[in-house]
Amino acid sequence: MQFQFEKVFQYWPMILRGVQVTIQLTVVAVAIGTVIGLVTSLLRLSRFKPASLLARCYVDFIRGTPLMVQILLFYYGLPQLLGIKAFDRYFSGVVTLSINSGAYVSEIFRAGIQSIHHGQMEAARSLGMTYFQAMRYVILPQAFKRCIPPLGNEFIAMLKDSSLVSIISLQELMMTGRIIEGHYYRPFETYIVVALLYLFMTTTISQLVSYLERVFGKGDHSKETA
Amino acid sequence: MAKVIIVKKLHKNFGDLQVLRGISCHIAPREVVVVIGPSGSGKSTFLRCLNQLEPATSGEIIINGVSITDPRADINAIRQDVGMVFQRFNLFPHMTALQNVALAPIKVRKLKKAEAEELAMSLLTRVGLRDKADQYPEKLSGGQQQRVAIARALAMQPKVMLFDEPTSALDPEMVGEVLDVIKNLALEGMTMVVVSHEMGFAREVGDRVMFMDEGLIVEEGSPEQLFGSPQNPRTRAFLSKIL
Ligand SMILES: Nc1ncnc2c1ncn2[C@@H]1O[C@H](COP(=O)(O)OP(=O)(O)OP(=O)(O)O)[C@@H](O)[C@H]1O
Ligand SMILES: [Mg+2]
Repeated sequence: MQFQFEKVFQYWPMILRGVQVTIQLTVVAVAIGTVIGLVTSLLRLSRFKPASLLARCYVDFIRGTPLMVQILLFYYGLPQLLGIKAFDRYFSGVVTLSINSGAYVSEIFRAGIQSIHHGQMEAARSLGMTYFQAMRYVILPQAFKRCIPPLGNEFIAMLKDSSLVSIISLQELMMTGRIIEGHYYRPFETYIVVALLYLFMTTTISQLVSYLERVFGKGDHSKETA
Repeated sequence: MAKVIIVKKLHKNFGDLQVLRGISCHIAPREVVVVIGPSGSGKSTFLRCLNQLEPATSGEIIINGVSITDPRADINAIRQDVGMVFQRFNLFPHMTALQNVALAPIKVRKLKKAEAEELAMSLLTRVGLRDKADQYPEKLSGGQQQRVAIARALAMQPKVMLFDEPTSALDPEMVGEVLDVIKNLALEGMTMVVVSHEMGFAREVGDRVMFMDEGLIVEEGSPEQLFGSPQNPRTRAFLSKIL
């Protein structure tokens, strides 16, 4: 059998454009997801029951349903429900991925916050700090350090899962692959190139994360002193 | 003379468990009260109620004339007047000794950073740790960590200090350095409630010793009275075990 990679590489600029869209989608989704996740984790841990219940429903719904269903529900379902015209694809992709990421990130933060010894909160409160001051200056800085590795994993997971937005024809890397495959019917060559590009991106991220871990992980000895 | 702390019929339950079962006491300015009692008798819970880290189930606590058990009380303001030192130090591990001490003055008392650091440095000097100001807690010995914790509490210029077994997590050779710091505070006239089983310390600096058992103050008196001629059989039984 004869490989015909040149047919795929003919589309190199389009492929690169797909890589760029995939990276953009992932970075924006995880960034927004981190903000959503932080707020959600604090609501979830708050003693105000309605807030923690709401946060919990959100997290459980997102984590208990497939991302592909969420994408379709948002892109096709919501406009129907609201009686409006379709959303922009890119907008839909970013929003859905962000909301999805937010739920997973909130669980990461929740675990990180809960891993900090309760004596830290008590010491801070005993000095007259408010709950939010204690969180801001004492708990979160320690929790963030412990969250770096799982946040890195979330980033990698989101990079791969972003391929699902191809279902609404958003032209990121996966969709680009499907288009090229449709032109020449060379699925092996096309998808192996796509796969290797994903692999390249995910390994780069894990390198970056272990570097960050080395830099910021220093001075996390809270387990001994807590 | 006006009392610094007045406790009236304080009760504290955890679910069905009655941990404090009606504690009443008065503590005068400059007084040093040492609390002793068996494990589980409610000593820590009592102390934690005094700055409302544990909300009281019923009863009243008045500190400097302000009822802190009143639901409308500004608890953050009250806690600034009540310093607390924990058995396990609870220093903030991501901050240097100096930053540990300066944090609350900056964020709560709104001092300028330079001012707060100057204050922190003078307090670290007072506890003998001027040269450790830039160290992180993990690099300090237990005794040093506890002294930083004391400096941190003093930085809020509290009117009362609470100590919950401040030396029981320490290696024996470090107990002295921490007790010395507490003794000096007593000499300077700080009002203190100290949970401690260090009898020598209690005799030397304690004005009064309280014996707690099963959520009640069973007996109290001067160290000579309580250690020398305890009246209650439970006090005697407890003292015979620890002396
Ligand atoms: N947050 C809590 N929830 C439930 N029970 C608690 C809580 N804190 C303390 N208790 C219980 O209250 C009782 C008294 O505890 P406390 O820590 O006040 O005793 P203590 O006199 O300080 O003992 P020790 O000498 O061991 O420190 C114990 O039975 C303990 O298990
Ligand atoms: Mg205790």
